[in-house]
Amino acid sequence: MNATENEKVINSVIGSDYEFGFITDIEMDLLPAGLSEKTVRAISEKKNEPEWLLEWRLAGYRHFKRLLKKGMPKWQNFNLPEIDFQAITYYAAPKKKASLASMDEVDPEIRATFEKLGISLYEQKLMSGVAVDAVFDSVSVATTFKRELKKLGIIFCSFSEAVQEHPELVKKYLGSVVPAGDNIFAALNAAVFSDGSFAYIPKGVRCPMELSTYFRINAGNSGQFERTLVIGAEQSYVSYLEGCTAPQRDENQLHAAVVELVALKDAEVKYATVQNWYPGDKDGKGGIFNFVTKRGICKGDGAKISWTQVETGSAITWKYPGVILKGNYSSAEFYSIAITKNKQIADTGTKMVHIGAHTKSRIISKTISSDKGQNSYRGLVHMGRGADNARNFTQCDSLLIGDKCGAHTFPYIEGKNKSAQVEHEATTTRIGEEQIFYLNQRGIRQEKAIALIVNGYAKEVLNNLPMEFAVEAQKLLAISLENSVG
Amino acid sequence: MLEIKNLHAAVDNVPILKGLNLTVKAGEIHAIMGPNGSGKSTTASILAGHPAYTVTAGDIQFNNRDILSLKPEERAAEGIFLAFQYPIEIPGVSNTNFLRTAIQEIREYKGLEPMDARTFLKMLEEKRNLVQFNKELAKRSLNEGFSGGEKKRNEIFQLAMLEPQLAILDETDSGLDIDALRVVAHGVNTLRNDKNAFLIITHYQRLLEYIEPDFVHVLYKGRIVLSGTRELAKELEAKGYDWLEDIYEAEQVII
Repeated sequence: MNATENEKVINSVIGSDYEFGFITDIEMDLLPAGLSEKTVRAISEKKNEPEWLLEWRLAGYRHFKRLLKKGMPKWQNFNLPEIDFQAITYYAAPKKKASLASMDEVDPEIRATFEKLGISLYEQKLMSGVAVDAVFDSVSVATTFKRELKKLGIIFCSFSEAVQEHPELVKKYLGSVVPAGDNIFAALNAAVFSDGSFAYIPKGVRCPMELSTYFRINAGNSGQFERTLVIGAEQSYVSYLEGCTAPQRDENQLHAAVVELVALKDAEVKYATVQNWYPGDKDGKGGIFNFVTKRGICKGDGAKISWTQVETGSAITWKYPGVILKGNYSSAEFYSIAITKNKQIADTGTKMVHIGAHTKSRIISKTISSDKGQNSYRGLVHMGRGADNARNFTQCDSLLIGDKCGAHTFPYIEGKNKSAQVEHEATTTRIGEEQIFYLNQRGIRQEKAIALIVNGYAKEVLNNLPMEFAVEAQKLLAISLENSVG
Repeated sequence: MLEIKNLHAAVDNVPILKGLNLTVKAGEIHAIMGPNGSGKSTTASILAGHPAYTVTAGDIQFNNRDILSLKPEERAAEGIFLAFQYPIEIPGVSNTNFLRTAIQEIREYKGLEPMDARTFLKMLEEKRNLVQFNKELAKRSLNEGFSGGEKKRNEIFQLAMLEPQLAILDETDSGLDIDALRVVAHGVNTLRNDKNAFLIITHYQRLLEYIEPDFVHVLYKGRIVLSGTRELAKELEAKGYDWLEDIYEAEQVII
């Protein structure tokens, strides 16, 4: 199957999946704004969930109330805006994308960004809700692909569908990596999560496709409180990408998703995120708060988990994708690029908790701050008592563009084992007018100059994205920083 | 090739150039000397189009074209190269990738097809040998961790690769030991031909012992007050710059 066919198949699979899922099943009314036990029960009922899941949600809600009483966190390196949890609507029928006749009806600014990112016209249409030619929805192609995954025993569907079709798997692993009591946003998510993805790769199976194109199309419909669970059974492999480079707007400001990854013995789970949520206007008003809890556990010996993230959007990005390295010889990687400009804020990093022996972790964090953006890297490397001969390598680099932005680093190292080794390197560099002028004088124009500098800087992280996305992410970086110098 | 007429320029609202006149023809090497603050680097920066400098009067014609309206990258594509006095570092951008991007950008400006990889790499090797630029340095990030001398030699290497019509060397000799000086001079002498021209800005006449200039100009308080041959450079070395004050008020004097 060539790439374009693959694309069409995936898209039509998604299209039909989503339609069947729950859009048509639910009533059209919205729940009134506000959060109470009644809200949680109503959500569970609307989704026709089994009793155990309702109980799980209610437990989450109790954690939320307890943590809310305790008070919001104060350790972050930014001013946390007041969040009125009672003003949020916790359930709304997912909007069907508006049907437009052609790309001409799409906001020209969005069209221009699509062009710059090099997104194919076909995908542009899908993302904008423009009617797609019937020939792409060819049933035979869709069936072939579905059959392919099914043959291999791979389960890949919406979280809601997994609850209905594979409750035993969900019940076994839900909350096993991010328990509801972990933090206030995880608790909130546990109580009111909307939907998300579920993937299970059976023993010894290597998922044949990058589960990457999936979310490109679905991104527009991704909810406020997404819940994703990816399980890699023994010796399995899966590479997953969520998010998309195209700018995403949403009237819901708070996005508190939870992603849990489970890698059993010798399994490998790769998870990549590209995020370009609306960052707010020049003054930072109206942007998305991206408060996400992501964690993986290398449960079995030799398991591997890697997180790759490209964060260019949102008003505030607050997340620490981490890995618990329980199995001996298990390993984890964290690659991150976070860009902040105008008044954007990022307080992001990772937590690597080494429990097993001979475990390895590698952290490469690259932040880029421009304009008045503030970027903080916060990393925890914990070497537990049993982490004999464990190793960590951390490199956190900051790139400053102009003289009004900031980069901050908060490394936490906890060592309880004498044979474990932790290495930490950090650099800070500045791009200013002089660097750009130097490149100009060699015939390189402004946009190319910035792209050159930023790409050289971000190369190591971009190389960990699925290939098609590495190219797009490269362009996204360049576009994000277009007018940032001079 | 280059015609500067009555150039007045300032930086941070401080006037530096006060009526600079200069003509450079193809095949010529001109040297500009002068005391600190006379406007040597300003001249170089203005020719390259540095945004911090403002032209308040006069014009600059390059190949009969007014270049003051052109952006720095456009002037570069037209054939102007500036070897910086303090070349900056850009970590993460390899020398090779940087040169390739520069060459492709310039070719695009001129409406030419991009250079293929094989031709580029061949040229890279050829020029590297020509200016005796260390292979290891060529592989690294742009000027990252280079010593002062290595940075200057990289400027000459880039000059060789970009093959400009007019090369302006802004105090390239400052901070170089004798050996590095000889290498830089060798590079310039090897690259000069009857189609290009060099404008060498220098503080000391030592470099001019290795690169024979056709003309030597003395820039003093924002104007060229004296022009001559290499002999003039030797005279300045012996007498210093103070005696120029008398000539300053008068018209430019050609010896």
